[in-house]
Amino acid sequence: MKKKHLITRRKAIITGLGSLGGLLLTGCVKKAPPTYGNILRMGDALTYAAQRALLPGQSLVKEYQQSDISAFPATGTTDPGNPNRRGDHEIPYSKEYAQLHSAGFTDWRLSIAGGVSRPTDFSLADLKGFAPRTQITRHTCEEGWTAIAEWKGVPLHAILNKTGIGKNARYVYFYAYDGYMESIDLLDALHPQTILAYGMNGQDLPIAHGAPVRLRVETQIGYKSVKYLQRIVVTDEFVDRGDTGWAWYTGI
Amino acid sequence: MHPNSCHRNSLLVSWLENYKNVYSVYQSNPAMIDRPAITAQTKPVVRSNRHPYWVRIAHWVITFSFFALVYSGVEILMVHPRLYWGNAGNDLTPALFELPISRNYHHHGWDTPKPFFASANSPVSAGRTYDIFNQNGWGRSLHFLSGWVLVLTGLFYLLAGIFTGHFKQRLSPRTGEFNARLWISDFTSHVRKIPIVAEGRYGLLQKYTYMGVIFILFPVVTMTGMTMSPAITAAYPFLLKMFAGAQSARTIHFFVSLALVLFLLIHVIMVARSGFKKQMRSMTFDT
Repeated sequence: MKKKHLITRRKAIITGLGSLGGLLLTGCVKKAPPTYGNILRMGDALTYAAQRALLPGQSLVKEYQQSDISAFPATGTTDPGNPNRRGDHEIPYSKEYAQLHSAGFTDWRLSIAGGVSRPTDFSLADLKGFAPRTQITRHTCEEGWTAIAEWKGVPLHAILNKTGIGKNARYVYFYAYDGYMESIDLLDALHPQTILAYGMNGQDLPIAHGAPVRLRVETQIGYKSVKYLQRIVVTDEFVDRGDTGWAWYTGI
Repeated sequence: MHPNSCHRNSLLVSWLENYKNVYSVYQSNPAMIDRPAITAQTKPVVRSNRHPYWVRIAHWVITFSFFALVYSGVEILMVHPRLYWGNAGNDLTPALFELPISRNYHHHGWDTPKPFFASANSPVSAGRTYDIFNQNGWGRSLHFLSGWVLVLTGLFYLLAGIFTGHFKQRLSPRTGEFNARLWISDFTSHVRKIPIVAEGRYGLLQKYTYMGVIFILFPVVTMTGMTMSPAITAAYPFLLKMFAGAQSARTIHFFVSLALVLFLLIHVIMVARSGFKKQMRSMTFDT
């Protein structure tokens, strides 16, 4: 004999939780970057919403000892000033970068613009004038490998403090000399370990690792840590560049 | 809700009393435990091969998300088919082993390595000169999307299994089942070439296997997966300690996934040997 209740307590709880989840989800996804109606991007948006909702935002990643420093492959662009090919792919070439490189990056300037109170161009010496932060951290590549290195640089929050950011600022965009672009939200941008690194393992940042200055976002996968920085733009809204085929948020 | 939940205490006492008697019977004749008649007085006998609706839903949702996880997991492994122990591991450090599963296997497309420091055994850096296989754009996103489906369904299944008493009634071995002879006879009956008769309750090996999959393999594969996330390990650094580092977690993740695939194969073989059509109908439509 089957029991025939119209609404059992279990059903009521499950339905309730289900609809609550639905409400929460739509509430969070609205604020997150677009998913392009793509089911895969929806999963990424859920990860972003869940990590922002459940994880304490500013916890520090593990920092290692000098003796933990490991070998470190240089992948992606390894010199934007050198016209080259790798298999079917042309490596992005920048004549401007080649000139800056040959002049020892003395003419290099990092512009901070967009939703900031005082747009500023920083030289390498300007950046080195800020109190430096040195951290030995693990780089996690989306390919599956990891490497540990010591990074020296200026915390991004110190720079943004100097330029001032608008009340409604929500994202920070990083443009590179090899044509690469990435963006992070303000929580990651103001994270104490998010730095603009000019030193690696006690020396100047090597060309292969993004000289003269690269971003380090320690709470996300490696491809968010943009090499060969050219300019930084603070925005109030997510600037849509279309679906690149890769997840925007990669805290996982 | 259990129909007798308000009488649980008195029921439990009489059930325990009865259990003692039953246990003495087991000791004198272990073979008797397979007879459902013994427990019939205290508990309603679970009818042969009946799965509650939530078990059937969870079973199939988890099955299909597991397929998606294996498919995308293989793709992710193909991009970097090397496994390590510890926190750091890459093409310029020695691997535990390397799998010949993509053109990235043993590729030597690297510039001449340059040392970072003056010391003799200094860590090195080298630029990649090889166009690697990499489909992680969709691979990783599919892995995490199906991971979400599996974890959420798995949590629902665990809660339902605990609160409906499903785990206690059908999965946990009875007192009399802790018996070496039963283990051996159950094992030999599984490897013999006679068809397996699916009885009303799970066999001993079956119980242990399901419990291992539910309470060990799935939790470990989920936690090692999360140990590879920089944001999650920042918030919960104990994960890195628990699995001896991010690369160790990746290696454990690989072996536990392998164990789960092995379980799936044996599970399907056993289903086939005990009547594939009947079992599929029972797990899908409860008929």
